[in-house]
Amino acid sequence: MTDAAVHPSFPEAARVALADTQLRHNIGHATHTIRTKRAAAVAELPDWEQLREAGRALKERVLRHLDEHLLELEAAVQRAGGIVHWARDAEECNRIVADVVAVAGVDAVVKSKSLTTEETKLNEALAERGISAWETDLAQLIVQLGNDTPSHILVPAIHKNRAQIRELFLRTLPDAPADLSDDPRALAEVARRHLRRLFLETRVGISGVNFAIAQTGTVSVVESEGNGRMCTTLPEVLISVMGIEKLVPTWQDLEVFLQLLPRSSTAERMNPYTSLWTGVTDGDGPREFHLVLLDNGRTDVLADEVGRQALNCIRCSACLNVCPVYERTGGHAYGSTYPGPIGAILTPMLSGLDAAGSLPYASTLCGACYEVCPVKINIPEVLVHLRAEKVEHSRRAGGTAARLDPERLAMQTMARVFASRRLYEAAQRAGRLGQRPLVRRGRIDRLPGPLSGWTSMRDLSPLPDQSFREWWREHRA
Amino acid sequence: MSVQRASLFITCFNDTMFPRTGQAVVELLERLGVRVDFPLEQTCCGQVLFNTGYARETIPLVRRFVRAFADSELVVSPSASCVGMVRENYARVAELAGDAALAAQVEAIAPRVLELTELLVDRIGVVDVGAFFPHRVTYHPTCHGLRMLALGDRPVALLRAVRGIEFVDLPEANQCCGFGGTFAVKNADTSIAMATDKVRAILDTGAEVIVAADNSCLLHIGGMLSRQRAGVRTMHIAEILAQAEPARAGVPSTP
Repeated sequence: MTDAAVHPSFPEAARVALADTQLRHNIGHATHTIRTKRAAAVAELPDWEQLREAGRALKERVLRHLDEHLLELEAAVQRAGGIVHWARDAEECNRIVADVVAVAGVDAVVKSKSLTTEETKLNEALAERGISAWETDLAQLIVQLGNDTPSHILVPAIHKNRAQIRELFLRTLPDAPADLSDDPRALAEVARRHLRRLFLETRVGISGVNFAIAQTGTVSVVESEGNGRMCTTLPEVLISVMGIEKLVPTWQDLEVFLQLLPRSSTAERMNPYTSLWTGVTDGDGPREFHLVLLDNGRTDVLADEVGRQALNCIRCSACLNVCPVYERTGGHAYGSTYPGPIGAILTPMLSGLDAAGSLPYASTLCGACYEVCPVKINIPEVLVHLRAEKVEHSRRAGGTAARLDPERLAMQTMARVFASRRLYEAAQRAGRLGQRPLVRRGRIDRLPGPLSGWTSMRDLSPLPDQSFREWWREHRA
Repeated sequence: MSVQRASLFITCFNDTMFPRTGQAVVELLERLGVRVDFPLEQTCCGQVLFNTGYARETIPLVRRFVRAFADSELVVSPSASCVGMVRENYARVAELAGDAALAAQVEAIAPRVLELTELLVDRIGVVDVGAFFPHRVTYHPTCHGLRMLALGDRPVALLRAVRGIEFVDLPEANQCCGFGGTFAVKNADTSIAMATDKVRAILDTGAEVIVAADNSCLLHIGGMLSRQRAGVRTMHIAEILAQAEPARAGVPSTP
């Protein structure tokens, strides 16, 4: 995830996104629809809060014993005839996958939607080795055909509406009929014909992993379209890439997550396709199965006592759909594989605060994300924790620029003033005098410097002549 | 249920910018038979510092707070987010300070710090506070009141019981107004986009007054209403609840 380093900061990227009226309309509509549906799906379960608590507790236990569970998983996969690879980072992961594809002697692979391989930029790495990676999830296909990047965890093409998709299909899919309508069924049918041929022709499949069961080495992909089922059953060779945090100890634990995930994610009681496989089976499915276990910064996140809860994430995207910031800026503004509230904490932890330092501030701390999270990640808590990390980091780094940072000066001044009643009361009086040049016709409509952002569209009411404490001393004390 | 006395935690923001909210809390509580005191040593709870990442700078303010309110049986504040800061985050700050004594003081005081509508409904046990306010009003549940403190329907129940009031529901009420402290400045464009939608929802109700339990969010919403010359004013819920019916002025309403 090195792209964040060259990506503009969130406020800059957001300014561009906010001006895109089509995007505002598309994302506003989509998030409101799915938000309402999720609320209804969740309200059906009387034990939803207990399920959330169980999900959180299970994930926490997994993370406490991650080392043991991973070895258990490795042994179980090997016992079932699978091959396990360990990847320290994105580069190692991509090399392992490309090597397996090269040994298979093919120049094309089919892929089911996988955020983890988005994170490692696998498609680009395969292309460099002369291997074409075909995305088969409908929304991911739309993104790929448009040379675009995903803007949502679950619905990568959420920023596109059906008229835009129709236009894209007409331009990029040779099979698309000239009279293609923008009816979702017609659009899906064109994509289906295109994908069917790929599934039948391609000998290597690549998938992500939603859950891996340590006890038996069983790997699971949860999806809606059936493309994941095709990718994991039709090819001769299957390569599945999983983040090391994606495991659960036993089959019984899966029960909790298979209830939490679909309702949070697509607002369904149950998702249409849940594929589960254990190693390889003679005469059924792939003849060769590779499981790549990816770290890529995850053990660093695990070492962070407050931040490690981000590894609970099951990638449902409920936090994106309720986020008032995401709803308006869309996912691209985050400049990261993981957008929205979860991206605002996960990305800076995986790729460093230097690369994604503006993301922890891309939130009002309204808490809507925490409220819906099926594994109870306290995202506002982690956001504030990361802001503090950033402040501590610049404090340690020192230097004149850090010392003269206007925010730091303002915060330190406030801290000094509030630490003394005398200074605080003096500051109240000084504020009343100091504001005089700024007050025009009873309002402050223009503030200088960094505060000008406030008054670009909002007035500020001037400080009244008497503070509360002055009134109190006069009337009550 | 009866509450004899309560200490007012005004918050620096209300003390300096919205003294009339504090006056309203005092008048309201006195009318309900509560003796209010105001420890003058209080300054700021440190929420802005903490939420901006200056947790270390917050430590002295936590010490000051627990000292200022050490003798208070109950502390009441007209700010949901500052109450949230004390109840949710002070323990973390004490932990950061590595000071077990401070942690114990925080643990002792935090549950006694109540937001105004919590004090009214849960402790005093009153919903009809004997207020009179003959205006069309809508209510914005601010995020920290809604999700951190879970104020629920307390504020709306109090407002609905006000005589003469014409209360209308705010569409998409649970959506953040886009304030978020330094967010409003650091991410001004996104903040404005959020405030625009909030203001549109307010205007759609035809209300004359937009009410909340937090003046910080009202400063934000009101700033945009003022810029638009929208003809809608902001009021803290305490200011409405303090308005006594002329005929009944000075007569406390008992539940």
